[in-house]
Amino acid sequence: MKYLQGKFPILKKQALARDVYRFWISCQEVAKIAQPGQFVHILPPGFGLRRPISIAGIDPEHGILQIVFVIKHEGTRILSELRQGDELDMIAPLGHGFTLLPEASHVVLVGGGIGVPPMLPLAAYYGEKATAVSGFRSFQQVILQEDLENYGASTICCTEDGSAGAIQGFVTTPLEQLLAEGVDAVFACGSQPMLKAVAELCIKNHTYCEISMEERMACGIGACLGCACKIKNPDTEEIQFLHVCKNGPVFKAEEVIW
Amino acid sequence: MADLSVNLCGIDFKNPIIPASGVFGYGREYEEFYDLSELGGIATKGTTAQKRTGNLSPRIAETPFGMLNSVGLQNPGVDHFIAKELPYLLTKNTVILANIAGSTQEECAEVAEKLDATQVHMIELNISCPNVKQGGAAFGTSCAMAEQVVSAVRKATSKPLIVKLSPNVTSITDIAKAVESAGADAVSLINTLLGMRIDVHTRRPVLRNNMGGLSGAAIFPVAVRMVWQTANAVKIPVIGMGGVTSGEDAIELMMAGASAVQVGMAVFTDPYAPVRIVREINQFLDAKQIPAVRDVIGTVQPW
Repeated sequence: MKYLQGKFPILKKQALARDVYRFWISCQEVAKIAQPGQFVHILPPGFGLRRPISIAGIDPEHGILQIVFVIKHEGTRILSELRQGDELDMIAPLGHGFTLLPEASHVVLVGGGIGVPPMLPLAAYYGEKATAVSGFRSFQQVILQEDLENYGASTICCTEDGSAGAIQGFVTTPLEQLLAEGVDAVFACGSQPMLKAVAELCIKNHTYCEISMEERMACGIGACLGCACKIKNPDTEEIQFLHVCKNGPVFKAEEVIW
Repeated sequence: MADLSVNLCGIDFKNPIIPASGVFGYGREYEEFYDLSELGGIATKGTTAQKRTGNLSPRIAETPFGMLNSVGLQNPGVDHFIAKELPYLLTKNTVILANIAGSTQEECAEVAEKLDATQVHMIELNISCPNVKQGGAAFGTSCAMAEQVVSAVRKATSKPLIVKLSPNVTSITDIAKAVESAGADAVSLINTLLGMRIDVHTRRPVLRNNMGGLSGAAIFPVAVRMVWQTANAVKIPVIGMGGVTSGEDAIELMMAGASAVQVGMAVFTDPYAPVRIVREINQFLDAKQIPAVRDVIGTVQPW
């Protein structure tokens, strides 16, 4: 089994910041096989299309998945109104996740805003070998810094207005310094401008980098070809449209055409 | 258990439910959920002569009870389809409808000719794709052009030929009659309705292609109307589609005159939709003590 569809109960719900929620979901079968960087495809009650939401925690032992999402429009608002004990209609786990590098001694996890949650399973895997650089607009959006630290990662929090964290400005400022000091790999998720900046910095520094992309989706499993992303094969230079749901969401930085 | 089998153009279907072209790829992704042999048939992703990359993203937009798409016929080309996808599909014990499209009559005929040499069961010619610049819907919105392209494809294949019609026309019956006279063995309808949404905050269309095809439950009443009109206008069988989400929807399209039913967007909401609809059709027939699904075709009693 690669993925399945089912209805899974919400064990616990937590508001992390304004319009940002965390669910703990009981789904033994999915938690057993899910990988960092994969996503779940959730149907908000009453809607026709599912919402792809990245996995923010994998606990195979207890059969629990975590997701963190922000209210964007009506569908995610309806999801946010679900409560402990309600069931989520989910197809999961989906997509091609981050590469796990057992040999790496120092990796950087770059998350921007709602791109921070998928860094948690990576922080769980890399522990003290990870530095998590997180960027937010302002102190009101800051999430998950303690969770990252609880896994052993050191954290660098950046806010654009300087209202929280050690750095005023973008994630690229501390990232540049870390790259200069030398890191084995960078994993990133966030807005497209942030990902582009991170990818370009890593390519310039010859540092291995993987980024998690987002696109509007329908099927979520690679059948409908809705979520196209322009990708270059680094060996043949051939440009093709691959699909965020199946070929991604994680791609190598040098493959993505912006 | 009612008899769910139907026969179209001499081809036996174990039940009338067929995932529509474009939503189901070549079926592989849905095999994680169920056995493809549970389906009446599969309409494969539209195939052109050469590989096509499709349109830029975003290609998808949700709309009330529906969605817009502007995928733009992304596909690996007919040679790849015949070599890599079709042999596998033909082992699945279900009817395979190879959906084809092209920018020119010659391209459509070339694809049909290549498929004619395979074991594929039926060819579904798409003259109604709203998302490509040339061919596509242009073929499907003029009787003269529809007739020409169907004639060209008819000469290229002796396989049962279904022509998939566009709803973006003034008179669906005129187009249906034109393709019937040009040699179509069946028609399928409706393809998507041309639509558009704008993000009022950015003043940009939600789709990168500006416009796209509207599908889903929102278009179901249009499908029922057009299937009914068409079934009353032509002698060849009609395959109905457009916003079917339940067994009762499928029965409704069949009462309007459809001999089989394709399922599109519902597959995204519920990947099990096609097999659930088969089950629901059976439940409906059993509850009404109707022995065979064939018995409901065209049985609407209009006022």
